[in-house]
Amino acid sequence: MKIKDPVNRVDIQAKLNGSVKYIEDMIFENLHYARTLRSSIPRGKILSVAYPDIIEGITIVDKNDIIDKNEVSMIDTDMPIFADSEVNYVGEPIALIVGKDKNQVIEFFNKIIVEYEPLEAVLTMGDNATFSKRTYTKGDLSKYSTLEEFSGHYKTTYQEQLYMEKQGVVANYVDKRIEIYGSMQCPYYIKNALINALGFNENRIRVIQTTTGGAFGGKEDYPSLMACQTALASIKIGAPVRLIFDRREDIIFTTKRHPSETNITSYLENGKIKGMKIDVELDAGPYLGLSDVVLQRAILSMTGAYQIENLEVNGVVYKTNNVFNGAFRGFGAPQSLFALEQHMTQIAKHLGKDPLDLRREYFVQTGQLTSTNGIFHENIYLAKMADKLEEISDYKNLKKESDDGNLVGYGFAIVPHGGGFTGDGEAVHIKAVVKLKKDTEGFVHILVSNVEMGQGALTALAKIVASALDIPLDRVVYKNTDTHAVPDSGPTAASRTTMVIGKLLYEAAVKLREVMDVNEEIIITEHYKQPDYIEWDQDTLQGNAYLSYSWAALLARVEVDPLTLEVSCTDIYGIYDVGIPVDEKLLLGQVHGGVIQGMGYGMMEAMYSDGGKIQQNSFASYAVPTTVDVPNIHSDWIINEYEDGPFGAKAAGELTLVGVAPAIASAVADAIGKDIYEIPVLPEKILEVTK
Amino acid sequence: MRNITFTLNGEKVTVETTLSRRLLDVIRIDLGLTGTKEGCGEGECGACQVYLDGKIVNSCLVPMSNVIGREVQTIEGFAKTKAYEKIEKAYIEEGAVQCGFCTPGMVMATNALLKDNAHPNSKEIKESLAGNICRCTGYQTIFKAVKKIADEEEK
Ligand code: FES
Ligand code: FES
Repeated sequence: MKIKDPVNRVDIQAKLNGSVKYIEDMIFENLHYARTLRSSIPRGKILSVAYPDIIEGITIVDKNDIIDKNEVSMIDTDMPIFADSEVNYVGEPIALIVGKDKNQVIEFFNKIIVEYEPLEAVLTMGDNATFSKRTYTKGDLSKYSTLEEFSGHYKTTYQEQLYMEKQGVVANYVDKRIEIYGSMQCPYYIKNALINALGFNENRIRVIQTTTGGAFGGKEDYPSLMACQTALASIKIGAPVRLIFDRREDIIFTTKRHPSETNITSYLENGKIKGMKIDVELDAGPYLGLSDVVLQRAILSMTGAYQIENLEVNGVVYKTNNVFNGAFRGFGAPQSLFALEQHMTQIAKHLGKDPLDLRREYFVQTGQLTSTNGIFHENIYLAKMADKLEEISDYKNLKKESDDGNLVGYGFAIVPHGGGFTGDGEAVHIKAVVKLKKDTEGFVHILVSNVEMGQGALTALAKIVASALDIPLDRVVYKNTDTHAVPDSGPTAASRTTMVIGKLLYEAAVKLREVMDVNEEIIITEHYKQPDYIEWDQDTLQGNAYLSYSWAALLARVEVDPLTLEVSCTDIYGIYDVGIPVDEKLLLGQVHGGVIQGMGYGMMEAMYSDGGKIQQNSFASYAVPTTVDVPNIHSDWIINEYEDGPFGAKAAGELTLVGVAPAIASAVADAIGKDIYEIPVLPEKILEVTK
Repeated sequence: MRNITFTLNGEKVTVETTLSRRLLDVIRIDLGLTGTKEGCGEGECGACQVYLDGKIVNSCLVPMSNVIGREVQTIEGFAKTKAYEKIEKAYIEEGAVQCGFCTPGMVMATNALLKDNAHPNSKEIKESLAGNICRCTGYQTIFKAVKKIADEEEK
């Protein structure tokens, strides 16, 4: 087959007829259920845990059952598997209660009494402890500090991934080996966390991904914690142990998008932006997790699609006793781009310019310096994308009226998303290895650790390999990941699967093509090599922050009811540059899903913490978009082949989300004639700014 | 505990359980039909939808006392019908599935919609699927799949 041939998803039939098995559908003999005993306060010493009289069949697993280290190893090892003597957030795990009879487990669980000595909790960002601070500069901002200042302070709150399949793992200790099955993005993160926690030799640890019902970043680091806990439980009782959260637990206690505050000051001269000073703050919660990496993407995305000659960008991650935050599609960029795009909209208004025209003045171009003084080496067609956006939306003739007396507004966002890990992360930290195996029957097996979580990896990677070999799609075999069967090709994150892993598989396929006729098993191994145009200094954050950028140019149309101030988004127009679409249907799936999730972030998904506890705990109280909220989505793309992507493809998964909330917020500002500084744009927030 | 008899996908079954037990658990755990999913357990997401006497219900909200002597059809049973084949074909052609967790419920809801209204307009499609949450697809391809089936009926 050829890359241009449209295909159907390879995993679709079993999902439609319900025969595919997610972790909760799997049968394990002698399965035990686990429930997590959690802290009810944001910070304190544990004075005592009073358990009811032990009933036969119930086992308590806690800090006393640690085998080697009470650490969940991610970038740091600061998070314990079970609370030791202190708790640091509401919901922190203290123990697992395990038993064969679920009702018995719950009955026992309900009688446990924990006593604490509360300590003062840090619930806001500010003068308290930080996990990391990062800074970079460009040009010389001090030369412009006497110019007119134009400032804004922008705020975002939590967003919950709300994958439809809740978090779930099963641990099974057999023959001195631990096996983990579960819903996950990063099997090797889990494996490494288990090696660290148990001190086992790596052959004694096997991680098997089960069909994953959505993740969006929420299953990047969090499953490592659950795997460590259930592994200890399974080792203790000698039977498989299953930990699957109920929906409320999952919403309140698992990692979310970081709340942020961003201050931007622009220095203006004769209607031109001469420089910007930007400060970004993120609330990590009590443990580092992935937050320093999220911060890096937040600050490295900070100038978006615009060339700003003089810059100072500072970022801080605060340590608090709020819920522990992590990865979510966009990974820091949605927060920054919300702030930046509102700021650009506000400057346009201040200068009396059309919001798209103002943006056009600053579009980055091929060959220019990036905000971190790398060089944009790939072709960039932002002006052409903006033209195309005007064309598909008929921008020049858009009407500001609606039939039913609603206020109508339009808002732009022109945004990048850097594909793959930040800086030289792919080469220095990830060092991906992929394999292709041709068996004696002529089937080609993809051996990578990147998972299908709904985004279409199974189909996209199989299509790349089938096209490179010019064989039918059904000759390519790619199964759920098993660390005993596949090399470590890194996490399923950072929109790297198609662009980085797809390219390595493409290279492997090109080599395999030469020997396809040989009638024996052949394995081709490919190692990641950094393209030579990438230069990066991690200490100073100077050089090429990303391998390449994908781009989106968006226009949102909203209507605001003048009485209730309810916002409805009626249309989203989007032009995308993802290199080439590996498959048009898959790309559209990402576009639609990203638009709707971004729309939720911008105008619906209100999640707040009070006293350290997340207040929204169900589908009823945390409103995500349903069918009736969906706008018309008008999308198109340009073809812009990227030399280091498979068939020219670049990253797509996160790009589709990051610009949507900013475009909608700008559209609401346009409709009500007031600036917006906070999302989601709920009626009560609009009331605040209009009164 | 008592014996409760009902019809499941066309066959009589008897399970020993309590009257207050959720139909969802009996289907999934006692009878091993795991195509019906639990997304929320609170009647808010539609992942657990099945037909009870031909009408669509959230099985996480149905106690077994309401099932006695009645007819239940799950995705496993529905997947053997002609109506399913049409829905499957349209969903595949439009690519209306991503992670798949909402999908069996969405398929059941699609059929319920089309049974009531063979030619729904966009608004009717949106309103009748509003009880089914999908976090992946942004719903666009699902709407298209529904339209496609309706259009094909017309021919
Ligand atoms: S599980 Fe029944 S409606 Fe969500
Ligand atoms: S396909 Fe994932 S929730 Fe619908």
